[in-house]
Amino acid sequence: MKIIVLLKRVPDTEAKILINQDGNGIREDGVKFIINTYDEYGIEEGLRLKEKVGGDSKVTAVCAGPEESTEVIRTALAMGVDDAVHICDPALAKPSPFTIAEVLAKAISEEGFDIIFCGKQGIDDDMAQTQSILAEKLDIPQVNNATVFELADDLSKAVLNRRIEGGDEKVEASLPVIISCEKGLNDPRYASLPGIMKAKKKEIRVKNLADLGFNEAPSSGRSRVLKWLPMPKGGECKMVEAEETVDAVKELARLLREEAKVV
Amino acid sequence: MLRDSIRDFAENEIAPVALELDEKEEFSIELTRKMAEMGLFGIIVPEKYGGSGMDYLSYIIAVEEIARIDGSQGATVAAGNSLGIGPLYYYGNEKQKEEWLPRLCRGEILASFGLTEADAGSDAGASKTTARLEDGEWVVDGSKIFITNSSSKLSGICTVQAITGQRSDGKKEMSCILVPNGTPGFEAKKMTDKMMWRASDTGELFFEDCRVPEENLLGKRGEGFKQMLETLDNGRLAIAAMGLGGAQGAYEIALKYAREREQFGRAISTFQANGFKLADMATEIEAARTLLYKACSLKDAGKPFSKQAAMSKLFCSEVMGRVVDSAVQIMGGYGLMKEYKVERFFRDYKILTIGEGTSEIQRLVISRHIGCFDV
Ligand SMILES: Cc1cc2nc3c(=O)[nH]c(=O)nc-3n(C[C@H](O)[C@H](O)[C@H](O)COP(=O)(O)OP(=O)(O)OC[C@H]3O[C@@H](n4cnc5c(N)ncnc54)[C@H](O)[C@@H]3O)c2cc1C
Ligand SMILES: Cc1cc2nc3c(=O)[nH]c(=O)nc-3n(C[C@H](O)[C@H](O)[C@H](O)COP(=O)(O)OP(=O)(O)OC[C@H]3O[C@@H](n4cnc5c(N)ncnc54)[C@H](O)[C@@H]3O)c2cc1C
Repeated sequence: MKIIVLLKRVPDTEAKILINQDGNGIREDGVKFIINTYDEYGIEEGLRLKEKVGGDSKVTAVCAGPEESTEVIRTALAMGVDDAVHICDPALAKPSPFTIAEVLAKAISEEGFDIIFCGKQGIDDDMAQTQSILAEKLDIPQVNNATVFELADDLSKAVLNRRIEGGDEKVEASLPVIISCEKGLNDPRYASLPGIMKAKKKEIRVKNLADLGFNEAPSSGRSRVLKWLPMPKGGECKMVEAEETVDAVKELARLLREEAKVV
Repeated sequence: MLRDSIRDFAENEIAPVALELDEKEEFSIELTRKMAEMGLFGIIVPEKYGGSGMDYLSYIIAVEEIARIDGSQGATVAAGNSLGIGPLYYYGNEKQKEEWLPRLCRGEILASFGLTEADAGSDAGASKTTARLEDGEWVVDGSKIFITNSSSKLSGICTVQAITGQRSDGKKEMSCILVPNGTPGFEAKKMTDKMMWRASDTGELFFEDCRVPEENLLGKRGEGFKQMLETLDNGRLAIAAMGLGGAQGAYEIALKYAREREQFGRAISTFQANGFKLADMATEIEAARTLLYKACSLKDAGKPFSKQAAMSKLFCSEVMGRVVDSAVQIMGGYGLMKEYKVERFFRDYKILTIGEGTSEIQRLVISRHIGCFDV
């Protein structure tokens, strides 16, 4: 079985995000980058599937991103992914989901696939679009926000739970399929020390746009990012003070009703 | 990647249970197994024996990251590698390596290194445990004390330093004998009520007419003392890593606290008394790291490193002492409470200036290296 896992290099959740001078991205100096958290669930599920199905199953990671993405790709390889395709081209700086889905679709088709796992969204841009556009381009079904994944014994279809407001929805999908992973699907394994050593010998096939048969970066679709803005500052804070707590609460209620007009 | 991965592991798997294990004085088999799954045993052992085949610096970074979260688990890993696996890997013959290393690297069992005796601590040469050859068997008699990883359910084998005869120059002939736990005549008793490393296993060992096959000799007969000195050189780097990691951990906790804690209407980190303490902590940690990594790079390059190993062990452990003292001070009354974590670092630091050669012995080694005795 040919399993594809998508991964993206994103700033660490704990990184302090500052907008760059041009207002078209973040300042990357001093920022630590990691594998997109949701992609890790996809990697883990891909590895578990391979371990279950066995035979000549293979897990290939596909990552589109700058040269520095090598590090997160190596981490995926250290977790146990067999090999990787790294799509890297200067023309792909700050791509839209549309552009990325197009190049990913091409690279994934070249690799061949039975099942594709990815994160439910990138924790950097929070667009959650790439997987859907990719499903469309590859003309395969997609299941989003998976929290449970099982493959039928005859390998013909997948049975999944997908997280929806207030509960889960149980769905069935024929293969090939693309599955976006939600927290709770599994506990991703750590890159072990032997894994880190093995990763050094695994292959990363680097491809630029020309290698994938593109003359230029594919269209960015119909939306365009105009500008990046910093988080708006929180409003003024008013402290309610009084001798007795009861009086403070009364005053707070009055302010909420009369000034803020929210109750 | 190595550091990140171990840091994640330590923060997610060790941090949540460290306080409880320390309080209960419990050596956790489950956690040790998890550390083994991470590949934390046999880091420098080649893949063909089940290890990871990494360099010494990688091993040291691994210990540093574990000790940043918890000294006890750091001790299990450091002793497991330097003292347990080390001698078998460096001095074992092919058969011994094949028999023991894969199981040790998988963490199925732990090995220990039995050197210290009740009357032979700093003066390791004063040990009294003997091993005599009789009918193709070594017969071991004597006792050992303070032996890490020697008395839990996972303890599988001990490398025992014993007197095996007399040399032609009249001195004791020392050799290392491999004695599997469970051999009749070998009793391992867990030592309890420690101030520090409470979640690490420390045992007292008794050998009485304990017989093992002649082939359990490690390396050559009479080379025990040399093997011991080399093992301690290597081990010192790991103890230094524990000092460095522990200092880093305590410093980070104190810095975070000082930035959040307000007194007199401002964050206490803005009082120079605290800010300067934190600056000194950061500076000393950086210096300690540089010294230790230099010693590792010398070892990895196959150059002499024994002087730098002693310096690293001395400096890193004493830096941790100063850092934990400041960390508790900065955190005031809360620093004294278990819940705020630095209290454990404050206790755990103390073993580092004592185990594997006290600070005084390190100064003795260094003063020898720099020529104080060549007069
Ligand atoms: C938790 C723990 C784990 C341990 N694990 C192991 C292990 O796995 N294997 C093992 O073999 N041992 C182990 N040890 C033993 C440890 O290595 C010894 O405790 C250490 O070598 C010191 O010996 P001692 O305790 O007998 O102190 P002593 O040698 O009695 O020293 C007492 C004091 O006198 C000083 N002193 C002694 N001689 C001199 C001198 N010549 N000049 C100046 N000062 C001197 C020392 O520096 C020290 O301050 C462990 C100890 C502990 C506490
Ligand atoms: C076991 C125990 C028993 C106690 N018993 C009592 C008791 O019976 N009654 C009682 O009232 N209290 C008691 N205390 C509280 C004790 O007096 C306080 O812990 C102590 O005053 C320090 O306050 P703090 O812990 O809030 O530290 P903080 O005031 O938060 O200080 C933290 C650190 O910042 C430093 N710092 C703070 N302000 C400044 C500044 N302006 N300039 C420079 N440095 C500064 C401090 O020196 C310290 O290193 C007890 C505490 C303990 C641990």
